[in-house]
Amino acid sequence: MCFQQKMIHSLFLINCSGDIFLEKHWKSVVSQSVCDYFFEAQEKAIDVENVPPVISTPHHYLISIYRDKIFFVSVIQTEVPPLFVIEFLHRVADTFQDYFGECSETAIKDNVVIVYELLEEMLDNGFPLATESNILKELIKPPTILRSVVNSITGSSNVGDTLPTGQLSNIPWRRAGVKYTNNEAYFDVIEEIDAIIDKSGSTVFAEIQGVIDSCIKLSGMPDLSLSFMNPRLLDDVSFHPCIRFKRWESERVLSFIPPDGNFRLISYRVSSQNLVAIPVYVKHMISFKENTSSGRFDVTIGPKQNMGKTVEGVVMTVHMPKAVLNMNLTATQGSYTFDPVTKVLTWDVGKITPQKLPNLKGMVNLQSGAPKPEENPSLNIQFKIQQLAISGLKVNRLDMYGEKYKPFKGVKYITKAGKFQVRT
Amino acid sequence: MGQDKCTKCGPTTQVGHPEVPHHVTLPPRHDDLKEMLDSNKDSLKLEAMKRIVAMIARGKNASDLFPAVVKNVACKNIEVKKLVYVYLVRYAEEQQDLALLSISTFQRGLKDPNQLIRASALRVLSSIRVPIIVPIMMLAIKEAASDMSPYVRKTAAHAIPKLYSLDSDQKDQLIEVIEKLLADKTTLVAGSVVMAFEEVCPERIDLIHKNYRKLCNLLIDVEEWGQVVIINMLTRYARTQFLSPNQNESLLEENTEKAFYGSEEEDAKDAKAEAAVLAKCKPYVMDPDHRLLLRNTKPLLQSRNAAVVMAVAQLYFHLAPKAEVGVIAKALVRLLRSHSEVQYVVLQNVATMSIKRRLEVLTNLANETNISTILREFQTYIRSMDKDFVAATIQAIGRCATNIGKVRDTCLNGLVQLLSNRDELVVAESVVVIKKLLQMQPAQHSEIIKHMAKLTDNIQVPMARASILWLIGEYCEHVPKIAPDVLRKMAKSFTNEEDIVKLQVINLAAKLYLTNSKQSKLLTQYVLNLAKYDQNYDIRDRARFIRQLIVPTEKSGALNKYAKKLFLAQKPAPILESSFKDRDHFQLGSLSHLLNAKAVGYQELPDWPDEAPDPSVRNVEVPEWTKCTSREKRKEKVEKPFYSDSEGESGPTESADSEPESGSEENGSSSSSGSSSSGTEEEEEEEEEDSGEQSEDKEEEEEVEKRPKRKDKEGSHKAVLGSAGSPSEEEEEEERAKKAKKKAPQGRKGRVETSSEASTSESSSSGSDSGSEAEAKQRKPPSSKASPKEISLLDLDDFTPSPVQPIPSSSIISTSLVTDLEGLTLTDSSLTPTLLSPAFSAVKTYELLHRMAGEGLAVEYCFSRRPFPGDPHMVAVQIQISNNTDTEVKNLRVNEPKPLSGMRIQEFPEIEHLAPGDTATVVMGIDFCDSTQAANFQLCTHTRQFYVSIQPPVGELMAPVFMSENEFKKEQGKLMGMSEITEKLTLPEKCQSDHTIVQQLTSAANVGRVPCGASNEYRFAAKTVTSGSLVLITLERREGSTAQLTINSEKMVIGTMLVKDIIQALAQ
Repeated sequence: MCFQQKMIHSLFLINCSGDIFLEKHWKSVVSQSVCDYFFEAQEKAIDVENVPPVISTPHHYLISIYRDKIFFVSVIQTEVPPLFVIEFLHRVADTFQDYFGECSETAIKDNVVIVYELLEEMLDNGFPLATESNILKELIKPPTILRSVVNSITGSSNVGDTLPTGQLSNIPWRRAGVKYTNNEAYFDVIEEIDAIIDKSGSTVFAEIQGVIDSCIKLSGMPDLSLSFMNPRLLDDVSFHPCIRFKRWESERVLSFIPPDGNFRLISYRVSSQNLVAIPVYVKHMISFKENTSSGRFDVTIGPKQNMGKTVEGVVMTVHMPKAVLNMNLTATQGSYTFDPVTKVLTWDVGKITPQKLPNLKGMVNLQSGAPKPEENPSLNIQFKIQQLAISGLKVNRLDMYGEKYKPFKGVKYITKAGKFQVRT
Repeated sequence: MGQDKCTKCGPTTQVGHPEVPHHVTLPPRHDDLKEMLDSNKDSLKLEAMKRIVAMIARGKNASDLFPAVVKNVACKNIEVKKLVYVYLVRYAEEQQDLALLSISTFQRGLKDPNQLIRASALRVLSSIRVPIIVPIMMLAIKEAASDMSPYVRKTAAHAIPKLYSLDSDQKDQLIEVIEKLLADKTTLVAGSVVMAFEEVCPERIDLIHKNYRKLCNLLIDVEEWGQVVIINMLTRYARTQFLSPNQNESLLEENTEKAFYGSEEEDAKDAKAEAAVLAKCKPYVMDPDHRLLLRNTKPLLQSRNAAVVMAVAQLYFHLAPKAEVGVIAKALVRLLRSHSEVQYVVLQNVATMSIKRRLEVLTNLANETNISTILREFQTYIRSMDKDFVAATIQAIGRCATNIGKVRDTCLNGLVQLLSNRDELVVAESVVVIKKLLQMQPAQHSEIIKHMAKLTDNIQVPMARASILWLIGEYCEHVPKIAPDVLRKMAKSFTNEEDIVKLQVINLAAKLYLTNSKQSKLLTQYVLNLAKYDQNYDIRDRARFIRQLIVPTEKSGALNKYAKKLFLAQKPAPILESSFKDRDHFQLGSLSHLLNAKAVGYQELPDWPDEAPDPSVRNVEVPEWTKCTSREKRKEKVEKPFYSDSEGESGPTESADSEPESGSEENGSSSSSGSSSSGTEEEEEEEEEDSGEQSEDKEEEEEVEKRPKRKDKEGSHKAVLGSAGSPSEEEEEEERAKKAKKKAPQGRKGRVETSSEASTSESSSSGSDSGSEAEAKQRKPPSSKASPKEISLLDLDDFTPSPVQPIPSSSIISTSLVTDLEGLTLTDSSLTPTLLSPAFSAVKTYELLHRMAGEGLAVEYCFSRRPFPGDPHMVAVQIQISNNTDTEVKNLRVNEPKPLSGMRIQEFPEIEHLAPGDTATVVMGIDFCDSTQAANFQLCTHTRQFYVSIQPPVGELMAPVFMSENEFKKEQGKLMGMSEITEKLTLPEKCQSDHTIVQQLTSAANVGRVPCGASNEYRFAAKTVTSGSLVLITLERREGSTAQLTINSEKMVIGTMLVKDIIQALAQ
């Protein structure tokens, strides 16, 4: 009977303690026991989260993702591009996140009916059907506190009572008949710096990963064009499907009919190293002495050129070598903790004021007798700079066509540290 | 019956729903659920269903509730219904008999006027895996495949694999459906049908030919998941249909080709660099279709969906000329920032790619420019605490060194430095790598060998020792003094060595014996003797073998002479390969590739053919495309900048890109806004009525503008038809009456000047719409649905083959025309060739640009049904532009036509001035290539430009032909089978007379009547404008009010669409 069944066959949601708390089958039922292969692989893996995403079993293939402490394990029977499944599973997780505010086991269990309805709509016969959050929200209303109260009184549920039109239109990501009293369009330009700074302070690698997240609340069918002062900065861009690729290609203008609500408009990369300004510098002195079973630790963080903006939310984490027993440090600013079990040193610095640079200094106690660590630990640094896109990207203007009203427009810039590592 | 069953399985199927606290105390049974399901209250039913679904979700068995649940399948409450569907799909397989109870509900749903209900009915019906309903499913799929709604057709495509998995005997029939759906031009359907194709008949590559170009062009607008499937399929297709672009070693296209696609920036850069080299080589010409695929997939590298990016990457890897593969690197690097699972898969694939192309593909990986950075980075890694990682790093350095000649020395030096590392593992790993490197160029490195020889004293790791020994043995001639000494040392410690070292000692001894027997003869003997009594039989064997081989004895055979050659043969330098090497025979990005094992259902990626199969199979019957086989002509078309060109080709009506151009907001061509906007319109109208006729002129205009709007909606967008159709019709009825009254005053604007004459003609022609003639005559002109306004009829005057001037209202011509028309329509019984004259029947007007959207400029168009002067393959479109602003509009012209492939637009001559309040009428010709795709272009004034699109009804794509009854029969005989479409219909009461039937039919399509002997039969003939394919229509009246409509045409799409249009016209 089962002849050439493709794509996603079943989905199991498994929590960290190994309970299968939800299952959904799009074709005939696959027994839960198939998950045993997954558990087996989980045992073999070094840590629980590092299960190989693709597992081959005698009759099926299991493709899984790990998101927010839940394993999404899908059962596949035949050849399918693995990324297709992985990407889809992430889309499912995103949708849960979008609907319930969090993608947790409790949220899923509390809303199991909605979850089921969503899964039913998202996949037909194992092939993705409606994955756009706008369409789904039209089909199945997300739960709100008010609605759940109303529902429990009136006994209605969250299934949309009007049939959606979006899926039928040429613009599958936008629903028709959107109405707002306040028409607003907000864009957040968020950039993350990934960098590796070597011992001498020179940059080994630096790259900016940026995204523009949008929150669009506009009535009707607005057609927007967003232009940049310096679009050539963007090295490699990936687009939301709403963006007209050709306009970008020819004019470097983002032209699109936006989805309603929150969505990621583009993500981009600025990789040429000389363009990447590193906003902080770190002075460090870490050394271990073998004979005395101790070491010195001295780190100072300071701001570099960042256009007069303050660096804030600075946190430094260091994975100290195994031989480190304890650390006795003094911080001129903020507070530090050292976990002797995981050997992680965390220093919550806060805001950097250029007048008085934060410093963390003190002694390191090593296990006596153990050989001194060969390698100095790297410092991982997090920070945030408001009102600045470190790449220098600037939105020039936003124009709206197709609708008559005047929308309120806003752009916000934030720079954050991504994987920012300083070697010592 | 459920009662006892329920008690039995009660304990196993517990219901613990957190939201229902009052049930927690009760022992959980299904009795209460059944009760709730049987109740009259929807809220109770819903609650019960929610709990049941929660049970299913947790994997608990709820199958005993089947009878109680299935009863509710017809429940009115949409929420309950949905959950019942969920339940049904889950358990129908187990309870087949009971499941059949629900089938009739779905069958009813399939006929529902609402497309969404039709679709969901088909979805659930096809998901119920009950073999008995296979015929029903088959029927439903076939029907849905020709549904007007693309959404329903999409669902049909989804249903195909479901049915196939249920009963593979249906394959042939299903292939027919797939073939039909493949021809579909909507992006919504494309992905799903290709998915069905891949599952049901991936071997039927011939089905793709005709759709290849269309798929390429639609690709960018297909939803993400569909893109992945299509790209993978096209990769396979291209491998069977095109020649390898790399057959002449990384050849690109010939130079002309390059200029041809010159605007592709990156490519051009690459291309220029290599142009000089290429000029000498034998040119390889890439098939334009091959290029089309590469070009149209490239933008998708910027998709947010990793699967799409990967699909394009593998397509480029497998199909693109080597020089172009580099473009995928950036995108792949971007993916590495994504979720860890994505990283995992991408890295696996990148590994394969880089192996195959030996690192030259991925510019981001090691090359000569960045190698120093990488090496510096490696040095940092080497200091890492993780020794396995260090070892891996050293191996990587080795790989870099092998692949990039220039840095080999640097690498070697670095590695030699590592030899003095404290850590033995690092040293050992380095030795192994150095050994491999030295093998490639031993001559220059005797120093290193010496250094290594010294190390034998210190290094204890067997593999490293063995490597050193092997190296020394291999290059003993370069280090003649040291080698025997090493052997001496090793002989001393021989017994304590590991097996692997012992073997190498023996090897070294043998080699030395052969090259330098004077110094080492005794040592060799000694070693061999030691080995002879070793515990390991491998070593004993080896010793015995070598002794026989090298030590000449009286018995020694011929081999002895060749011993030296045997041992000291030039050994090929190894290629440092990683474990990904053998994966490249699987298609990248596939599951099989990842697992390095063939997964069920994996489609082998075929090898390039030696000879390209006939490329003409992909020619669609679009004359433009086939005609211009000569490159020059195509080049001419493509010389525009790349993207605007491709935009033209890939911008179908459905496309997101062309969306704004088509001005969907204004003319309601977007079905999404369909029903709601019709609602607002009604309101508007009502308001107008209330406000009375304050300004007659204005109101008239508005009415005129609105009318085609609605028509457009009904006609071209059947999407909303089901729900919105009937009310709007009623309303129209009202409006007609109202209009008839209003018609009386003649004080309209210029264009209505001759309306008195016109109205007579119109009354006759417009009868078509209203059904009965008498009625039609009572109602005055603009009321008719088919002929919205007299204006368009009048405009026919201007519709002369010469360039068009702004309306001179020449009443003389118009009267003559009117009489003509009268003659035609009133004498409908005389079915003579006179019918051939086009434009006899009502002319529908469509809106091109709404007054509001056009900022006072209103543009309407109609199909005049006259041959377009100058090009018989073009459909003449008459455009009427009225300037409602209070300033003069200048330089009105068509700009940037963006026709789809093959489509051509003959622009109208520029209108220099259009005074306020004035109206101009012009004619433009469009070759629609016999498709109902819209023609998009810009309408420019001196200040503004508007994106507009013209979408022809299928009936306008043809021109009438005259033929005799015999000819008709003969032609019909040739067009049987697949080319024949038959549909039964019921003629409404008002559409019984010959007159109305003929009129309705000819209003729906531009056809000519063919005389016919039988009184109950009507025949019509036409030829499509572009390709001249015959379209034969036969309408046969049966008893009662039924009739049968047959259309014979080789253009099946046109036939199918025409059937629908005609039936619709007759039903009105």
